[in-house]
Amino acid sequence: MATTNKNDDGFNWAFALKEAAFAAIITAGLSFPILALRTDMDISNKLILNQRWSWLIVAAVLVFVGRLAVLSYAARPKSTRAASTAPQSDSSKFIAKWISAVGLLALFLFPIVVTSALGGQGALKWINNYGVQIMIYIMLGWGLNIVVGLAGLLDLGYVAFYAVGAYAYALLSTHYGLSFWICLPLAGILAATWGVILGFPVLRLRGDYLAIVTLAFGEIIRIVLINWVDFSGGYAGVSSIPRITFFGLPFNDNVGSFSNFFGLTYSPIHRTIFLFYLILCLALLTNYVTMRLRRLPVGRAWEALREDEIACRSLGINTTSTKLTAFALGAMFAGFAGSFFAVRQGFVSPESFTFLESATILAIVVLGGMGSQIGVAIAAVVLIGGTELLRELEWTKQIFGQDFDPAQYRSLIFGAAMVIMMIWKPRGIVSTREPSIFLKEKKSVSGDLVAEGHG
Amino acid sequence: MLSVSNPLLVVEHLTMRFGGLIAVNDLSFSVGRGDITALIGPNGAGKTTVFNCVTGFYKPTEGRLALARSGIAAAQDVADLTQSGAQHKQMPSGDIYLLERMPDFRIAHKAKVARTFQNIRLFQGMTVLENLIIAQHNPLMVASGFSILGVLGIGGYKASEQQAVEKAKSWLERIGLIDRADDPAGELPYGAQRRLEIARAMCTDPVLLCLDEPAAGLNPKESLELNTLLRSIRADHSTSVLLIEHDMSVVMGISDHVVVLDYGTKIADGTPSEVRNDPKVIAAYLGVDDGDEMNPAHGGAK
Ligand SMILES: Nc1ncnc2c1ncn2[C@@H]1O[C@H](COP(=O)(O)OP(=O)(O)OP(=O)(O)O)[C@@H](O)[C@H]1O
Ligand SMILES: [Mg+2]
Repeated sequence: MATTNKNDDGFNWAFALKEAAFAAIITAGLSFPILALRTDMDISNKLILNQRWSWLIVAAVLVFVGRLAVLSYAARPKSTRAASTAPQSDSSKFIAKWISAVGLLALFLFPIVVTSALGGQGALKWINNYGVQIMIYIMLGWGLNIVVGLAGLLDLGYVAFYAVGAYAYALLSTHYGLSFWICLPLAGILAATWGVILGFPVLRLRGDYLAIVTLAFGEIIRIVLINWVDFSGGYAGVSSIPRITFFGLPFNDNVGSFSNFFGLTYSPIHRTIFLFYLILCLALLTNYVTMRLRRLPVGRAWEALREDEIACRSLGINTTSTKLTAFALGAMFAGFAGSFFAVRQGFVSPESFTFLESATILAIVVLGGMGSQIGVAIAAVVLIGGTELLRELEWTKQIFGQDFDPAQYRSLIFGAAMVIMMIWKPRGIVSTREPSIFLKEKKSVSGDLVAEGHG
Repeated sequence: MLSVSNPLLVVEHLTMRFGGLIAVNDLSFSVGRGDITALIGPNGAGKTTVFNCVTGFYKPTEGRLALARSGIAAAQDVADLTQSGAQHKQMPSGDIYLLERMPDFRIAHKAKVARTFQNIRLFQGMTVLENLIIAQHNPLMVASGFSILGVLGIGGYKASEQQAVEKAKSWLERIGLIDRADDPAGELPYGAQRRLEIARAMCTDPVLLCLDEPAAGLNPKESLELNTLLRSIRADHSTSVLLIEHDMSVVMGISDHVVVLDYGTKIADGTPSEVRNDPKVIAAYLGVDDGDEMNPAHGGAK
């Protein structure tokens, strides 16, 4: 690699071509058993070997071109590279300021615009699959951001608190008939309690060890839910959970319902729109509390903890309670989101709370830029919205033929996008840190200086 | 042993063992109130370990560390407190803390002992101002109702925060970093980072400030500035200083009392001039050439 910088202004073609050819050869060597050879069954059920050498050539050429592109990108003249990492210009500050205001307005108008554009039936999918789904993950991302992004504690079992919240509403409402509005704070408190219960034993652990124990904790909760059938219904979960009501007015076609009360014609979209605004408010509450706490002693102590725990203790900061508040608060928001999940689905089962969920939420936080609220929101839109969009790749059949199943390539595209993202922006979409207080001028802190936390 | 008339901290029979290694061996000395006390010795003598015991980062294997935040602690009161098993008590003769019984953050918070580190430990990704605000965590925590009232916007948190900023500003002016208040601490030059770490420790309003090699890596001019800063801290604040230093110009120039350690054992204790002429100290430490020849493992001064 050192030779790439031999002459800064000229691009070293010989070297780049050699590198690219090398990468292409490796690709060909590694992938020829999968790409070039394929076993199929013929009509008499005998195995035959099909050869697809064109696939191999395409892959090798793609890698060759890609490697060349990466190398020429890396060899850009120094000046252009410096410009791209220069301190925030006025215009980018302006953009950063407006992006949240415009984003917020767009979110509030989203259901109205979509409904009027597509009508009740068409809008349902957009508001539910995109709007509500993404908002849930934004909220979870913001909640986990407190623990991972601010306090620097790597938590791989965050979904456990989401599960606690979901089951709290599911069980309290089905067994005791409590309404959603009573269960919501209860679910938050229960999840926060579990956050503290998890927090205590793992306080001494750092880094990898903390990650492993929190991962185990997430699995314990799920496995308890599966096996304690009397309590949670096991694999079958809890069903017929009471649906959301408009502060007491149910969303149905009967007398005394929401549509009846307001003199509207009944449509299922009403409930979905209400759910959308509900999760939007919950997410904004999470954001508001986090943003405020960042400017309060607790929030500053979280960030200081991420930077240097020993220095914190030398300044009289009780790191035990600081970590516990981070765990508890992060868990509380997951609990809120969980009870929302239960009231939206009307059904909960352990399958919704697998490790994959924790990993997705963590990916959102890491991709967004640890500690950045707006980055996390963008990452959630990209990741969750992107996954949903990939469901709608039917049109690719027109290019690749009817046998092509785009769904199979979802994980591949997803994974590749993550890898590219992390190469391009290793510290996430928003890689700078906003100071919580300033004297004269607010200057963003470069991500290179900000610690990631050690546990 | 130099007799200290009004001791702030009395260290008695302090021993710290790491497995078979005795890092500090039966060490006794006093830190006078309002004094600058220097703790010197060759590399590996156990100086940082003493600091870690005083500030609670290590739990001493044996020994007593009695700090009297106010008053002149009578021996009988200290003995009574030791008997009682408590960490702290307001005794007739003074407000006494037994540091060996307290966790590190409580020593900083309650007994008001602040420290700096041999390898600078700033919050690098936070701004210079934020570093100084975090140092005022505990009073701000109370002012914000443990942040609960703060979130709701109730109470006088804003005013307290403003006070904290004022205090930070006055320290930034003293250490000459007011123009860099909004820059990340990690971007400061080395000497400025050292000064900032001292200012951050001072923002906790300590009665005892422990500085671990504050002049290490400074150029002569910065070293001189440091001397001035330390003298002014002693003059303007009711803060006593415990100082580890290899730079003899700093030690001899500003300290009232010098304690010399070698291999974890105290070999001298007195005024700078007494210590300077002590043959044992010359052999072990100050006489770098002799020391190196007799005992290559010592390494001598940096
Ligand atoms: N946590 C620890 N575990 C084991 N040994 C330790 C530990 N801390 C210090 N030691 C040992 O104790 C001895 C004294 O170390 P210390 O750091 O106190 O020396 P020092 O006087 O501060 O030296 P220097 O001038 O190099 O900073 C050394 O031999 C060191 O290896
Ligand atoms: Mg040391």
